Amino acid sequence: MGAASIGHRSDSSVRGRLVSDGRVRLALGVLGCVALVAIFAPMLAPYDPRLQLDISHLQSQPPSFAHPLGTDTFSRDVLSRLMYGTRVSLTVALVAVFLSATFGTMLGAIAGYVGGAVDAIVMRVVDAAFSIPAILLLIVVIALWGNLSVVTLTLLLAGVGWFTISRLVRAETLAIRDADYVVAARALGASGWRVLTRHVLPNAIGSAVVSATLSVGNIILLEAGLSYLGIGVRPPTPSWGNIIEEGSTRLSDVWWLTLFPGLAILVTVFACNALGEALRDALDPRQLLPAHDDAPIRMNG
Amino acid sequence: MTLLSVRDLTKHFPIKRGIFGQVSGQVRAVDGVSFDVAAGETLALVGESGCGKSTTGRAVLRLIEPTSGSVQFDGNDVLSLGAGDLRRLRRKMQIVFQDPFSSLNPRMSIGAIVREGLTIHGLAEGAAADARVNQLLEEVGLRPEYASRSPHEFSGGQRQRVGIARALSVEPTFIVCDEPVSALDVSVQAQVVNLLQDLQRDRGLAYLFIAHDLSVVEHIANRVAVMYLGHIVELAAVDDLYGTPIMPYTQALLSAVPAPDPGVKRERILLAGDVPSPANPPSGCVFHPRCQHPARDAACATIVPPLEEKAPGHWAACIKQPPTTVSWEAQKEAGGTNPPDFFLPRAALHRSVDATTAH
Repeated sequence: MGAASIGHRSDSSVRGRLVSDGRVRLALGVLGCVALVAIFAPMLAPYDPRLQLDISHLQSQPPSFAHPLGTDTFSRDVLSRLMYGTRVSLTVALVAVFLSATFGTMLGAIAGYVGGAVDAIVMRVVDAAFSIPAILLLIVVIALWGNLSVVTLTLLLAGVGWFTISRLVRAETLAIRDADYVVAARALGASGWRVLTRHVLPNAIGSAVVSATLSVGNIILLEAGLSYLGIGVRPPTPSWGNIIEEGSTRLSDVWWLTLFPGLAILVTVFACNALGEALRDALDPRQLLPAHDDAPIRMNG
Repeated sequence: MTLLSVRDLTKHFPIKRGIFGQVSGQVRAVDGVSFDVAAGETLALVGESGCGKSTTGRAVLRLIEPTSGSVQFDGNDVLSLGAGDLRRLRRKMQIVFQDPFSSLNPRMSIGAIVREGLTIHGLAEGAAADARVNQLLEEVGLRPEYASRSPHEFSGGQRQRVGIARALSVEPTFIVCDEPVSALDVSVQAQVVNLLQDLQRDRGLAYLFIAHDLSVVEHIANRVAVMYLGHIVELAAVDDLYGTPIMPYTQALLSAVPAPDPGVKRERILLAGDVPSPANPPSGCVFHPRCQHPARDAACATIVPPLEEKAPGHWAACIKQPPTTVSWEAQKEAGGTNPPDFFLPRAALHRSVDATTAH
């Protein structure tokens, strides 16, 4: 420990506690596998997900060696569709969450820090948005707009996701804005921007990160729900939701069509939530333990 | 030389009601406060919780925007400065907080906390800044190796030292100490008070020392201002105030200071009732409903007592303690029945015996 380390915050204890958390390892393992499948889908998938292999002989085949997760009613390989579906579902969810978290955090922090009319306007918009269920809002927008591209769908999902985070960040900002260390920074002559980015945001961001991680699961569910209703990702592009939708009418005999994408959703959402909870615990500075137990702190002299 | 000059400083907080925030009243937290602080001097501001002492401290630094009044600091009109000029002036006037736990950003190392002022004002960069941070930490009695540690690894007293180092980093001439020791253990209080005194001696700092512990104040202050409900009711050199408290409120406060010797039986002046709400302060003298002065009468409820010089350098606001500029005729006109008559109860004097033997 020398002069060089002054001014650089050591994250080792936060990171250390995250790594040693069993939930985190499991969740990261699961999400890592899901992400690898999504990235390397073209290499891993045994078949073209859109290819109808043999509509007369290979329709609705149960799992076998040739088709580990069976085939669907159009004789397409379910494993390949699931892998490509992972790509679509995960990308949509991650991009939507990233956009909504960034926007929501910015808006919430500004509303909370600036206060007054800005705060009132932003929060009334959020209140209004909260009073309409997201799924209903999406259904109405989609009904008015008609066919949606995946990009538009992502933007829509981001559009309904930012309120929670902005309200959360605003509440945190309000509490932090009057904290003595923020007053101290102002007293030192720090600019408003510096106070916001150095003092308010780093302390308010924890809850936003947790909320964003938890909302990845929600967005996956929302996208799956919309696709299941036939208004999300349109076939033949596979997504977890629309594969389930295809199987929903024949749940009793073609069960593999709903079971496997359903499991994929379950496991992924579960992993996201576990990661979110672990992050919440790890980011709470009050839970930090002294990093150097072997070197007790002493006064000079 | 007068460093800080505060005149008629007022801070009213609006009371908002309803969904549209109609203003239904004003909390008169600070109501026409005037005082000077000389370079290198410690002026203590004492009073009960909620009397407006912290608000005064923050309004002087413009961390709270005052409602009216004037603040002159080192030739600058603080209240009329633009944002940029105010930020530059902040180098010269700093603040140390009461709560050592909320006053340090939990996500910064203490090195980064002490370093921030250097960066903001461009005082030092890179290795020079590191060296300066180390020097500041040493000066407040912390080991430089601690620079990379987080605030949560330190005790209250150590955190308070970090807060002091942060204030010192920009080389101020004036520091508002907002109850800097009242959250600390008694043994640690002494260390921090001694540190503040050493720094004052070495650097010629002026302090506005806000406190409610009269024993600490007696130890550190040159002059003391007593606040009650947003007003300064007495202002005097520490020996004069502790020796001859004039304002009946000050007398009551001093009689409540615990005696260091448990064998000594103390007389106390017990005040009736609670401190009135600053949203609806009493008319006339704000202290009159609780006052124990034998000459208290109807005039006290109508005449606002001016803060006047009762003895050289000893200012107090009471129309019943002679000499007063509010004549007996004027008091009678306001319904007064008892002429001014000097009153100094034994209970309030107790302290002066201690003080004279100590000096």
